[in-house]
Formats: sequence, C-alpha cells, structure tokens
Amino acid sequence: MKIEIKDLNIFYQDKQAVFGLNLGIPANQILSVIGPANSGITSLLRSLNRLIDLTPDVRTEGRILIDGKSVYDSDVNVTELRRRVGMVFDVPTPLPISIFDNVAYGPRLRGKKGAGALSETVEEALRMAALWDDVKNRLKAPAMSLSGGQQQRLCIARVLALKPEVILLDRPCSGLDPISTAKIEDSLTQLKERFTIIIAPHNVQQAGRISNRVAFMLMGRLIEEGTNTEIFSNPKDQRTSDYVTGRFG
Amino acid sequence: MKINPRVSEKIAKGLIWSAALSVLAVLVGIIIFILAKGLPIINWSFLTEIPRNMGRSGGVASPIVGTLFVAAVAVVLAVPFGIGTAFYLAEYTRENAVTRIIRFSAESLAGIPSIVYGLFGFIFFVIYLDLGWSVLSGGLTLAFMILPTVIRTSEEAIRAVPDTYREVSFSLGGTKWQTIRKAVFPSAIQGITNGVILGLGRCVAETAAVILTAGTALRMPASIFSPTRTMAIHFFILAREGISMDNAYGTAALLIILIFFINVVANALVNRFVAKGR
Amino acid sequence: MKKFKEKLSGRVFFALALSSISALALITVFIIVQGVPIIAEVGFVNFIFGMSWAPSHGEYGIFPMIIGSVTVTLGAAILGVPVGLCCAIFLSEFAPARLRNLFRPAIQLLAGIPSVVYGFWGLLFIVPFIRNVLGGPGLSILAGAVILAIMILPTVISISEVSILALPRQYKEGALALGLTHWQTIRSVILPSAKSGIVAAVILGVGRAIGETMAVIMVLGNAVAVPTSILDPVRTLTTNIGIEMGYASGPHRQALFATGIVLFVIIMALNSTAQYITRKK
Repeated sequence: MKIEIKDLNIFYQDKQAVFGLNLGIPANQILSVIGPANSGITSLLRSLNRLIDLTPDVRTEGRILIDGKSVYDSDVNVTELRRRVGMVFDVPTPLPISIFDNVAYGPRLRGKKGAGALSETVEEALRMAALWDDVKNRLKAPAMSLSGGQQQRLCIARVLALKPEVILLDRPCSGLDPISTAKIEDSLTQLKERFTIIIAPHNVQQAGRISNRVAFMLMGRLIEEGTNTEIFSNPKDQRTSDYVTGRFG
Repeated sequence: MKINPRVSEKIAKGLIWSAALSVLAVLVGIIIFILAKGLPIINWSFLTEIPRNMGRSGGVASPIVGTLFVAAVAVVLAVPFGIGTAFYLAEYTRENAVTRIIRFSAESLAGIPSIVYGLFGFIFFVIYLDLGWSVLSGGLTLAFMILPTVIRTSEEAIRAVPDTYREVSFSLGGTKWQTIRKAVFPSAIQGITNGVILGLGRCVAETAAVILTAGTALRMPASIFSPTRTMAIHFFILAREGISMDNAYGTAALLIILIFFINVVANALVNRFVAKGR
Repeated sequence: MKKFKEKLSGRVFFALALSSISALALITVFIIVQGVPIIAEVGFVNFIFGMSWAPSHGEYGIFPMIIGSVTVTLGAAILGVPVGLCCAIFLSEFAPARLRNLFRPAIQLLAGIPSVVYGFWGLLFIVPFIRNVLGGPGLSILAGAVILAIMILPTVISISEVSILALPRQYKEGALALGLTHWQTIRSVILPSAKSGIVAAVILGVGRAIGETMAVIMVLGNAVAVPTSILDPVRTLTTNIGIEMGYASGPHRQALFATGIVLFVIIMALNSTAQYITRKK
C-alpha cells in the first residue's frame, strides 16, 4: 500500500467532518472517492498533503502513512510533503503570471536550476497534461488567457512539474465542458502508470469511467471500498447501491 | 400640502445635477485660474535659478529640489515600515488583541491633523534628536504622517489577493515566505504602489508639518542635514506675506502640475507597467 | 537556509509592525509631555475656558480658539455636507458613465491640491466677495467655512459613495418595483440604508476640517476674540499653533503643545466615533 489511513478523525472547532476512517490506497491506480456533498471528501484529500493545516481551528486525529511514514510526525518537512503529494483544485487556479511561469512555479521554489533543465521540465509536464500542442507557441502568454479546460490542464501540468508521487484531484472537472473533461480523463488514465491518483469525481459516471478502485463516503464515514466492479455491479451496502444507481445524492 | 412625486423627482434631480456640476466647475475654476496666472511665469530661468531677494526675483530651483528631497526621504522611510506592517496584519496573524491595537493605531494616526505631526516632528526630530530644521527632520515627520495611508492601502491590496493563490503556492510546496514573495506580492503590488503614490502626493502638498520641521531656508540643500523649504512652503510665504504675486502664481502652477503628474500620470504608468504579463 | 529565511521573514514583519505602533505611542507621549505641565500650571478650567490669550503676560486661555474651530467647522459642515451628499448620489445613481469617469479622478485631484492653494484662492475671491457684498473685513468665519466646505468634499463624497454602492441591488430594485420614483427610492430606501456610512463620512469630513491649518490661516483674519457674527474674523486651534509656533519659546511653546493636545483629543474622539459607527453595522 502506498498510503495507509488509520482511524482518521477531522474536526472543525466542535463540528466533526471525518469519523474514524480506515483506508489503504495502492500505488499506480486511480482511486475515486465518491459521495454526496458534505461527506468529508475534501477534508480527507486536504489532510493527505496537510493543506488542511491552513484552515484555522482544525484538528486531526489518527494516522496517515505514506510509504510507511506518518505525515504528522514532527520531523516531517511539510513543504517537501506537499511537493510529493500534489493537488488540483475544483476550479482552475492559474496564478496571474505566464503559462511557462505557472508550470515552473514549483520547480523554481525548490531552488536554482539551469534554464535548459527548467524548460525541459516544463515541456515534459505540459506534454503529460496534453497541453503542450495548445500552448507551445505562446508560453509567455498570461495563463488567464487560456480557456477553462486548458487552465485546468495547466494546473495538472503544474503539479506534474514537481514530479510528485501522489496526485490529489478535488472535483477537477466540475466546471468544465464534456470535451475538456474527456481530455483530462484520458491524461489521468495514462498518468496512473507513473503516479498514485486519488480523485473526487464530480459525478458517479466519471468514477465509473476512470477508476480502478472506488471508495464511497457518507456524512464523514467510509461506507464501502472496493474495485470498480465491486462497487458498481455488486455493492455490499444498500446505501452504496442507492447512491451509485442515482437514488439519492 | 403634498407635493406631486413627479415634481419632487424633477426638483431633486435638478438640485443633485447642479450640485455636482458646480463642484466640478469650482475645481476646474481653481485649476484654470492658477494655471492661467502661473504658466506665463514659468520659464527656464524660473526653474533653474534659486530664489533671490526673499523670493521677489529669481526662480524656484531650491524649493523644487527641497520638495523632491524631503518627499523622497519620507517615502523611502515609510514604505518598508508601512508595507511590512500591512503584510504582518494580513498574512501573519489572525484577528486578536495585537492586530486590533495595530489597526486602531494606524486608523488613529490617519486622522491626526498635519499640524500635530508638525508639533511632534519639531519637538522630537528638530529639538530632542537635535537634527535641526533639515531635510531629514521634514522627511521623517512626513514619513510618520503618510505611514497610516501606506499601511491601509497595502493591507487592502494584500487582502484583495484571492486565497486560492496562497493555497496553490502552498500546495506546490511553497513556504510561507515564498508564497508571500512569489504569489501574494506580485498580485498586490499594483494596489500597494497606488497607496505609495497617494502618500507621495500628500508629502508634496503638505505645508503645516514641514514648515515646522524642514525650515524655510532659501538656499540649495547640500545634504539631508541642511534646512530647506518645499514648494508649498515657498508658495505660502510668498502669497501670505505678499512678497511676489507673480512668483507665487508660478510656484502654485508648478505644484499643481506636479500633483497632477503624481496622481494621474504616475498612477496610469504604474498600472500599465505592473499590469503587464497578467 | 529555507527554515532560517522563514523564521527571519516572520520576525522582520513583526518588528516592522511593532515599530509602526510605536509611532503613535511616540507622538502621543511627546505631545503630552510638552503640553501637560502648562495645563497643570494654568489650571484645566482656566486653560479651556479662559477668554484671554496673551502669552507675553502669561495668560493662556484658548476658549476663543475653541469657539473659532467649532464655528468654522460647523459652517463647513453645513455648506459642504449637503453638496457632498448630492455629489455622492449623483455619482452612484444619476451620472452617465462618461461623466462619472471624469468626476472620480477630478475628486481625487481635488483631494490632492495643496491646502495652501485653496487658502490663496479664498483670499483672492471669497474674501473680497464677502467684504464687498456682505460687509465686514471679509477675513471671516464665513470665508473659512466656504474654503473648508470645498476641502472636505472629497472625504464626504468618496466615503458616502462607497457606502451607497455597497448596498444590495435588491433594495433599489424592490423599491422601484413597488412603483416609487427614483428620487423616492433614494430618499426612503437608499439614504436610510446607507446612513451609517454617510454619518461616518460626515464625521471624518468634520475631522479633516478641524485639523486643517494653512488654508484657513489665510482667510480667517486670526483675531483672538469670541465672534459675534459669521462675518467676524476668528482664530482656530490649528491656526493658533501655525501662526505662533515659529517664534514661541518656554511656557508659550508649551501652551501651543497644550493646544495640540486639545486638538488631538477632539480628533481621537471623532475618529473613534466614526470607527464605532462603521463597525456597528
């Protein structure tokens, strides 16, 4: 298992968002975490790279192990953790700088790098995110000039440029058109060869299309986890069945 | 007696339009009057000669230098403290007693009349620190005076930066300092610069605070320890003591041009320059 | 290295912030230390309510100056606030886009013009006008009030406009949908809802008027006497400091600092009220 989550509880002040969650996540697969709104999915994703630390008055209990090492250990370098566990947000979030500078943002933070090596990293990342052909002639253009779908692929490229091990995607296609969504899903399917991908899809159909494994969460609790087929064709829990067949949520 | 709503609508609209237009007319009137009287006075020797005969003849070269000198000292001193305080308030703390005290102080400082800054500058810089009437005393006093403006405008600009920029930078492995420097600062720089320009304009226009701290010396300031007079002081003395109306008009016209340049032209240039690459 | 920069930057920002608040403390301390002894010597009541200001005879009563500041400021508010409010309504409700884009920078420029220029303009136009049409010396409360009314316009206009623009659209749309005319909507819905912002604008404008020095020195006549009409010359707290600071020394200088304390207290009270009002909503 690449990631092991043990007895995870997440609290916002006195409100609990995640309840005693246990989950193992294997490497080089796509895990979809599905569930209705307010199921604690975003909190779960944000705890994996400790981005949740930025939220005031939040408290986490339990253990999250990546490669057997707890991310909450005192000797963990948080910025290094976030480089290893990259994140793509629900709306495209390009910084107000050029396309090139957006992708180079992470590598530059890590320290000096020759201009040649940097542009290689940027090109490689943009190719993996299937954006290179769209932007290769206008790398210096403002990132805001791209379309929504292109912006989201830019954000994926930006994460890939860090050469991460795990990629978290929180409803990455929720605001995108079907064609852009298909492009991103294609990239993800190819990327899983090299990365561990955890995605919160914006609907059940997307989970069905791209994931190897699916976890279903409801009101902060993990209800069921299994392979794509198990969850969609043969769910053990009635609530899972109701959700994936569209009876609620 | 009840007035017909339609009639009152017309009356109100008429009053509001006439109030607005008369304000515009007064502003344009003042500016045109000063420029019409002052522009003919301005020529090369007016700009390059120092005042002679208490300002009855000669030019305004030394007040121009004094103005720029004092304003530069003030801005150079106020900017790091103002922007630093703004970043501390906006990025490093959550609302608590300390931030409330800092913000209350800044807001109170903003309302203090410039003459009180002048009193303070006189007793503290001129007398207590024994800097005398000098460019430095004047600049320090003005730095205190514009500090609240710089803090407030910078804090607003920093708070206007979307939180997603911070989250993205952190999620890409940025430290707090890297995030501030590379994601927040570039997005806030435009608002911050506008605040600094506002402060610069106030320095150039100020009279009460500098007359008590920079002095009224007519000669060219040799260093930051020399006494000097700014253009606003020069104009005030020429006009109030009736020394030379012509030179007063010329100085006022120069001041208005300078203020116009700072407020409108510099702002537009900065916005254009900074907004590039977005 | 990274860790070090991280710690250092936080400390530097904190130190800068701390220095900035020390500034207020420093100003307060120095003004008080300079001014309080003379108030103690003369007596608080004699200082505030004393009718005679004669530093050469050791008489330090600032009551005429307090009256001067209050009357001039009141006059400026009476003249300036309605006009400023009209301009704010004009900008937020009536102005065509093109005129608005001209008006806003013009107001900014109005705020940027040196106060001495306003004073000079008042001396050349307002003072002779008052002398010739209304009588008296011309240098008067009225002249000061007119100049200050113009000078507080930017403050009154910009803060009121912001508070009007901050109202939810539904307020206006709801009222118009009920069949009210535009003016009825403004009077009965918009102005009452934006009240706290407008009040704050007026208070801050009044604060600006009380604190202004150089412009009013030129048009008030500066006589130390309690005025009997708005055509009489007066001296305000600020002009008292501005005129006499140049040559004062000893207890006389202390008395000017004490005048500064009174000014300081008035402004602090006004600003705290404005802050309280804007925060309450």
